[in-house]
Amino acid sequence: MSEILKAFWVGGFICLIGQLLIDKTKLTSGRILVLYVCIGAVLGSVGIYKIIADYAGAGATVPIIGFGHNLSKSVLKEVADKGFTGIFTGSLKAAAGGISATILFGFIAALVFNPKEK
Amino acid sequence: MNKKIGNQTIKFASPPVIISAASIAGKKEGEGPLKKYFDVILSDNLKGEKSWEKAESKIVENTIKIAVYKAGLTIDDIDYIFGGDLLNQDTGSTFGVRNFRRPFFGLFGACSTMGEAMGLAAMAIDGGFAKNVIAGASSHFCASEKQFRFPLDMGNQRPQSSTWTITGDGTVVISNKGSGPRITHVTAGKIVDLGVKDANNMGAAMAPAACDTIVTHLKDTKRSPNYYDLIVTGDLGYVGHTLLKQLLAQEGIYINEEKITDCGIEIFNKTAQDTHSGGSGCACSAVTFCGYFYPKLKTGELKNILFIPTGALMSTTSSGQGESIPGIAHAIAIESRVK
Amino acid sequence: MEFYKGDAEKYKRMVKNTEPKSPILFDCIKAFIVGGGICVVGQILTNNFIKTGYSSDDSALITNIIFILATAILTGLGLFSKIGRFSGAGTIVPITGFANSVVAPAIEFKKEGIVMGLGSKMFVVAGPVIVYGVLTSMAAGIIYYFWRFF
Repeated sequence: MSEILKAFWVGGFICLIGQLLIDKTKLTSGRILVLYVCIGAVLGSVGIYKIIADYAGAGATVPIIGFGHNLSKSVLKEVADKGFTGIFTGSLKAAAGGISATILFGFIAALVFNPKEK
Repeated sequence: MNKKIGNQTIKFASPPVIISAASIAGKKEGEGPLKKYFDVILSDNLKGEKSWEKAESKIVENTIKIAVYKAGLTIDDIDYIFGGDLLNQDTGSTFGVRNFRRPFFGLFGACSTMGEAMGLAAMAIDGGFAKNVIAGASSHFCASEKQFRFPLDMGNQRPQSSTWTITGDGTVVISNKGSGPRITHVTAGKIVDLGVKDANNMGAAMAPAACDTIVTHLKDTKRSPNYYDLIVTGDLGYVGHTLLKQLLAQEGIYINEEKITDCGIEIFNKTAQDTHSGGSGCACSAVTFCGYFYPKLKTGELKNILFIPTGALMSTTSSGQGESIPGIAHAIAIESRVK
Repeated sequence: MEFYKGDAEKYKRMVKNTEPKSPILFDCIKAFIVGGGICVVGQILTNNFIKTGYSSDDSALITNIIFILATAILTGLGLFSKIGRFSGAGTIVPITGFANSVVAPAIEFKKEGIVMGLGSKMFVVAGPVIVYGVLTSMAAGIIYYFWRFF
């Protein structure tokens, strides 16, 4: 049960920081996403994010930071396994599942639905 | 005979008459405080068309038909159509007037377009180049969001200083004779840019231009602000309106609270409709003037107004390149009866 | 009336004083609860997939795919924008925000054609996320590659 509580507060806290950025700096959502992915990739590559992910589980993997963490985790693993070519094959390998799912569901949704007025 | 007075103002020799006005407003606008004043309120902002852009053009076409009908004319009596909108290359207006086969001047003044159109139309009449002229402006919330901001289905929050683009079209028929309120003066605005870059705070970007035009108009006409029953700006919203009053005060001009207002404030109920700083877009000043203020001028409930549509002249490209937002405002002095 | 140099600075201060403030505390509470709630759902899903025998990485991936699917449906129905208006970063920061930023332009721009509209505008918001995410992680990979020689 405490696993769920950990996921809640860490995940919630990461979103709270994002909200502060939106309200205080007027960053658009696209820029927030870019910022978070880059932060995730940096934190992941120096090993800090792994500690957070081990602690918070989905609280760390569901936010977009986790996506950045995945990218760098996979690059480092590929470099360790394959050497030089790993730099090129690593990052998108980790992102493949998420990006492919987004393209597929996005495409189907676009065929099925029309834009809705607010 | 020289009709220009002062620095930027035209005084018409025989003031052109606004013989009719028509307005079509979107669904949300039709739920606001001005709902009983619009000619048509859309139940669906797509208006049975395939896209927002096509819907806007349909709205333009229908508003012109209503305005011409109300004036007791047919479209063939119209010498020129002056109109514009916010879409790329003025397509909203262009496709809207496509079937009329009348001479068309496509204008771009961003949200100040209604002022630009009415000013030029009145000049064409008083210059003797035309008998009956149409001036109008349109915008569409969904098409504007798509072009300038985000796709509609994006789940983000709108900043508190942002405004809500009006869906609709306001069109007037201006004539050299007939009965109705008359346009006595036009003060064409110049571009004023005080370096505001926030596209979510267009009221702040336009307020200095509105101030500049008001000050210039009063100086050119040697009038005091109290001369007018009402000074009505276009789409400054709550933020821009507050700034305008501060800027005017710096110039030593104090206007009573009830004698200065903004179409962007009038058109929505801020708290109930969650529109933050108010309404904006070409149609904001156009539908509010045509629907709400024109009848008041016609009946004499308002003796005269200074109508000042305001525009923020940026594009997504200029904003992307770090440019600030230039503002513009055109003042149209309208008298219920000319002495 | 003329505006002089220096007026811009003065005006900037005026604008700052006039700007309405966002209800930051309320916004943050909403973002915290909704964002945390999404992660809780994620944790429950992930736990279940681990129980059925998937690796923890695969479980996290399947969880994210479910979130992406749910976002695509909610976006298409026009509900995501309503939720997002309430929750702000609470739905932007989780993977739901990424998915929404792909699905929303895909739906919006299909009017301009299925190839150059839907196809090319699909990543108009999310494209930079992938570009800079990949570049940052590649930089990490390059540093790591050379670091191993020392």
